[in-house]
Amino acid sequence: MAEMREITFREAVNEALREEMRRDPRILILGEDILPGGGVFGVHGGLDEEFPGRLLQTPIAEAGFVGMGVGAALAGGPVICEVMFADFMTVCMDEIINQAAKFRYMSGGQASVPLIVRAPCGMGRGVGAQHTQSFEALFAHIPGLKVAIPGTPAAAKGLLKSALRGDDPVVFLEYKGLYAMRGPVSDDPELLAEFGRGSVERPGRDVTLVASGTMLHKGLEVAAELAADGVDIEVIDPRCAAPIDHELILASVERTTRLVVADESVLECSLASEIAATVAERGFYSLDAPVRRVASPRMPKPFSPKLEPASLPQKADIAAAIREVLA
Amino acid sequence: MTTASGDNAARALHLDLYRMMTRIRAFEEAALYESGRGNVYGPLHACIGQEAIPAGLAPLLRPTDYVTSTHRGHGHALAKGADPQGMMAELFGRADGICRGKGGSQHIADFSVGMLGANGIVGAGYGIAAGAALRIRQAGRDDVSVVFFGDGAMARGTLHEVANICVLWKLPVLFVCEHNGFAQWVPSSENLCTDAVAGLMAGYGMPSRQVDGTDALAMHGCAAGFIADMRAGGGPAFIDARANRFHGHNSMDAQAYRSRDDVSRLRAEADPLALFRAATAAAGVLAAADMDPLDAAAEAEMRAAAEAALAGPWPDPADAWEDILAPRKAHAHG
Repeated sequence: MAEMREITFREAVNEALREEMRRDPRILILGEDILPGGGVFGVHGGLDEEFPGRLLQTPIAEAGFVGMGVGAALAGGPVICEVMFADFMTVCMDEIINQAAKFRYMSGGQASVPLIVRAPCGMGRGVGAQHTQSFEALFAHIPGLKVAIPGTPAAAKGLLKSALRGDDPVVFLEYKGLYAMRGPVSDDPELLAEFGRGSVERPGRDVTLVASGTMLHKGLEVAAELAADGVDIEVIDPRCAAPIDHELILASVERTTRLVVADESVLECSLASEIAATVAERGFYSLDAPVRRVASPRMPKPFSPKLEPASLPQKADIAAAIREVLA
Repeated sequence: MTTASGDNAARALHLDLYRMMTRIRAFEEAALYESGRGNVYGPLHACIGQEAIPAGLAPLLRPTDYVTSTHRGHGHALAKGADPQGMMAELFGRADGICRGKGGSQHIADFSVGMLGANGIVGAGYGIAAGAALRIRQAGRDDVSVVFFGDGAMARGTLHEVANICVLWKLPVLFVCEHNGFAQWVPSSENLCTDAVAGLMAGYGMPSRQVDGTDALAMHGCAAGFIADMRAGGGPAFIDARANRFHGHNSMDAQAYRSRDDVSRLRAEADPLALFRAATAAAGVLAAADMDPLDAAAEAEMRAAAEAALAGPWPDPADAWEDILAPRKAHAHG
């Protein structure tokens, strides 16, 4: 019988990798520093021991090893490339955008590229502007890519397993702030999460809050606090930036008539912007208030502990936006 | 070769090499002709002058080996066994094109024969070929992966990243530089810090050799040794294949950067087909009477391919929405 356990986001990623590597002997993992301690964020713990020769620790060469991931995926079977920080994906943009995302199309459907590029993303502590970026909107803009931004351990496990059983290139972004977070996860190795399906993490009647990544948890805390004031907030984890679960969001807004969207990424051209635009286009007559977006201001992430908070949406920003749409 | 069986083997090899060269030439001539008539949509990058390079490798490659190619990729596709009619239909943007009209000349691919695609991005093939080679080794196969690229692509950083990994991991990747002297419009001397690229690659610790890339036999001989080593478990190797591009960078290139005399001289002195005819005749292996029918057959094959492709259907505009992502599978979902 399948059982629900409380495990961390990191353990959920590890469990997805372990279960799928047991199931599919073709799965390979390439990445930098992935062997000592299971990698910089420790998600590969114990895998090298169980699957010797299938975790390939690469030189510092993102364009090289992600390009090889494309080739190995084309030549048959899923490949995971771990890029140590999402920021380093800028070094292998050709491989992801021009190669992985285009091969099925350019070849008229001959080719499949089951390449999963996993990368920790988002705010860190004292690591400055080159180890903290959120790129979900950047990749969501590219046809041919699927983009996951799981907000919970269950979403991380289910989506990663789906990615590994699918035939499409996936950019799999893991918010660093979530790795230690615990949540209920099934131990059923056949339980997958569908790409493009969001999840209602807290049902509510008064306001729809679509919150991704770390904002999901800030949003849930805000929802719990505002519940004391009699405000009933529905919190949705979109889980994927491509495809986006517009139907779930539109159906929720139809009931609540108010929408706030919260992302950690920079506001302009963000996932929040895309969701807000779609609701404005398709759900305008459901709305009783203008849509509000809460996202990072248009600045590189600063270094100093006194500057960092200014670069990131805080709970107070989400609460203020919610009060505004209710006013 | 002194024995009768040796003579027969040499004769068969010479016929194979010449047949492939003249087929590649005929394909390119037919494609250029159709381009001139407005039937090829977009630019065409002809490999006339470089035929001996893919032709030299063709007899050495199996369907289970892999090739990655470039924007100048028709010769590589034919050498790997792709169907010329499907290729021609692709150049014309037809529904029965090898890539259903989604790729065009610069993205010709035939995965059924291990041809992992021409590529519009210079220097993108290194990683893809090396990844395919990684798959080969993980599966315990004795196949090889060949990456074709121009000397222009040797300026890309991806070459360093991939060459380093291929040597470290001893991957069966044959790097074949089609050294035609131009990076699009710019002479090699302004694109690369050295002409001695085999020396450069030897620095990585991979066997590297400069070869006359207008000589199909020399190409074949050099590649045969490298490929045999890789099938026996060896690592990567590099060939600096010197040849010439008789046409411009592509069919839209007025070639303001070189004179007509330069091109005429190359055609007179460095035509790989003419050089092969003279050499094989001098060696007493093949005579004109052996090769003339191959020329005629190749021309007829490629004319027929073009005519059949021109009669093929155009894609339905709705087809543009297909092949973006894989068809959905049924899964248990939570």
